[in-house]
Amino acid sequence: MKKLFLIGIKDLKLMFRDRAALVFMLLAPFLLTVGMGFVTGRFSGNSSGLSDIPVIIVNLDNEQLGDALADVFSSAELADLMEPSASSDAEEARRLIDDDQAAAAIIIPKGFTSSLIPAEGAVLDETYVQPEPVKIEVYANPSRPTGAGVIQAVVDEFISRIEEGRTSSITSLAQLMQAGYLNPQNAESEAQALFENIDESQPMAITLKSDKEGADAVEFDLLAYFAPGMALMFLMYTVSYGGRSILAERTQGTLPRLLTSPTSTGQFLGGKVLGVIFMGIAQVGILILASVLFFQVKWGDPLGILVLILAAVFAATGWGMVITAFAQSPGQVASVGSAVMLIFGILGGSFIDLDQLSPFVRTLSKITPNAWGLDGFTTLALGGTLRNLGEPIMALLVMGAVLFGVAVLLFSRKGIMQK
Amino acid sequence: MSAILEVKNLVKQYGDYTAVKGISFDIEQGEIFSLLGPNGAGKTTTISMLSTLYTPTSGEAAIGGHSITKEAMAVKQMIGVVPQDLALYEDLTARENLIFWGQMYGLSGKSLQSRVDEVLEQIGLTDKARNRVKTYSGGMKRRVNIGVGLLHKPQLLFMDEPTVGIDPQSRRAILDTVKDLNTQGMTVLYTTHYMEEAQELSDRVGIIDHGELIALGTQKELTQQVGETETLILHIGENDDADGFATSLNGVKDILEASAGEHEVSVIAHEAEDVLAAVVTKANERGIRIRSIDIREPNLEAVFLHLTGRALRD
Repeated sequence: MKKLFLIGIKDLKLMFRDRAALVFMLLAPFLLTVGMGFVTGRFSGNSSGLSDIPVIIVNLDNEQLGDALADVFSSAELADLMEPSASSDAEEARRLIDDDQAAAAIIIPKGFTSSLIPAEGAVLDETYVQPEPVKIEVYANPSRPTGAGVIQAVVDEFISRIEEGRTSSITSLAQLMQAGYLNPQNAESEAQALFENIDESQPMAITLKSDKEGADAVEFDLLAYFAPGMALMFLMYTVSYGGRSILAERTQGTLPRLLTSPTSTGQFLGGKVLGVIFMGIAQVGILILASVLFFQVKWGDPLGILVLILAAVFAATGWGMVITAFAQSPGQVASVGSAVMLIFGILGGSFIDLDQLSPFVRTLSKITPNAWGLDGFTTLALGGTLRNLGEPIMALLVMGAVLFGVAVLLFSRKGIMQK
Repeated sequence: MSAILEVKNLVKQYGDYTAVKGISFDIEQGEIFSLLGPNGAGKTTTISMLSTLYTPTSGEAAIGGHSITKEAMAVKQMIGVVPQDLALYEDLTARENLIFWGQMYGLSGKSLQSRVDEVLEQIGLTDKARNRVKTYSGGMKRRVNIGVGLLHKPQLLFMDEPTVGIDPQSRRAILDTVKDLNTQGMTVLYTTHYMEEAQELSDRVGIIDHGELIALGTQKELTQQVGETETLILHIGENDDADGFATSLNGVKDILEASAGEHEVSVIAHEAEDVLAAVVTKANERGIRIRSIDIREPNLEAVFLHLTGRALRD
């Protein structure tokens, strides 16, 4: 294990001494991110970059809170961002999502409002038991992760406001009654008034970057989409650079020399893979740090980011190893790696939001670490945590494991020393 | 003395091509053994098999009693390898290279640092140790390349044509280093196609050609194979018929053998002076223009010529 680490560290050191590689790995993605920020108006603050996310609202509640949530999606604040349509049939809405007609359906079940606001007279009844809140269903389209993520964030924010208001109202009333300031006979009408005003008590803070209200507003910074997009695209360059170094060690004679030292082929390959992983982590880590320092990009949950970086680098390294195993020379890895970098960049959403692409392309994008990585980074930027990253992380790990298996098979077939 | 390396019928085949054709030899502890042969003779393939890099097609070899095929890790601990081509990380400094390679041989901590210092001193690069290898001259790179092979004080050092393509001064320094190492007790297997290097360094020499070990022994034993002879090298004009000239010399009194090379003819005789007049006369008869004549006493070149009918550099 020590030798793996030593080989990996040596490769990392060599990477930091290769100026051309540094330009591609760090400077290029950074400048492209800045460029995309300018193009999309992030720096002028005029645009969110995301717009007209199609959402179907099935309001089966048709009472205060259900109507309030529906109103949020058709509010002036979200007019540019959302493109809501109403439906009265939950099954039909789910079918439309399955047919990729919208990013998500919000199904507000019947009794949603009454599960939160007690009916008149119910509170004074000694047998009254507070019902479990009826849950709103967000039926998300997995092929439009960004749009679905934004919709989920809006709904979560709404629910959060309701829960906050409900809890504080009940606590306030109980305290007033205990202190004798409120007659139990009047409590019912007071409670009703408080609950009914919840949705009007404060403006919704769910907006994109332009919103300046409320410290806990859910903000989606466009650079939090483009920065990981570029980092993931150029991560593919890094892994092909690492793969290239395996074949370069063969041609420059250091691999044969290593294999005449007490170092096995497995240790060599393991060390090289570790080196690529180190390079990938260093690259994405530095880009994240730079975007935070220079542009105050909010990436979200640090633990989630760390785990996601590791998973994305693992999957990308798998691709790098497969390309290397197929290639005959470092030059071939470089050319194929660059082509794969660009194709995966486009296909994986580094330039264009995947929601705007055809269903076929969105399905195809699932073979790229870029798409899954971006899905995860977007979730985090929208306020998600590590717990919300199960799907992308699992997909990246499975992708990496399968690709490593293929690479090992190819390497063992032709032998590390053979062309 | 006991044999540190025993090679028995070692064969390496690549498809239909046989690079090494069943060679056998031993190397005694503490000796310098040279494998002398022209390019493509099978020297590097032999070293690659002995250093466990390539698996032999058949045959066996043992280093310090350890089989190169069955106990590769034990063999690797005992050997040092100086490859023909530079095998260094040029973006690392000499010190960083030595530290990395030392770590690959299991050295660490203070023992690694002190060994690196010793080797830098030995190869004369202490002052430039913190410069990146890519800034070095060819000779300096060669010295680092050798230094890497010495780090773990191997019992048997393989040196595969370590002086190819370098200036005479660096070449001299490398040959002196090999002799120093041997004086300190290191056993060396040295491959070369330079007869002078084999003559200067070796206790024993194996002559290899087309994958076969065609002669083996001390220099004295080998030169005795061609007898007490001298070789007359006649450098002739570019348009002259070397083959015809050599054929016409065979059969001339006191000439033991004549063979043609590129614009030259080699003539072996007991005394060169005895045949010189006859050779010049024959050249005049055939209209051959002799540009210069060298007389060589018995040496490994003559042995090679005697055994193969070709010069080493052909």
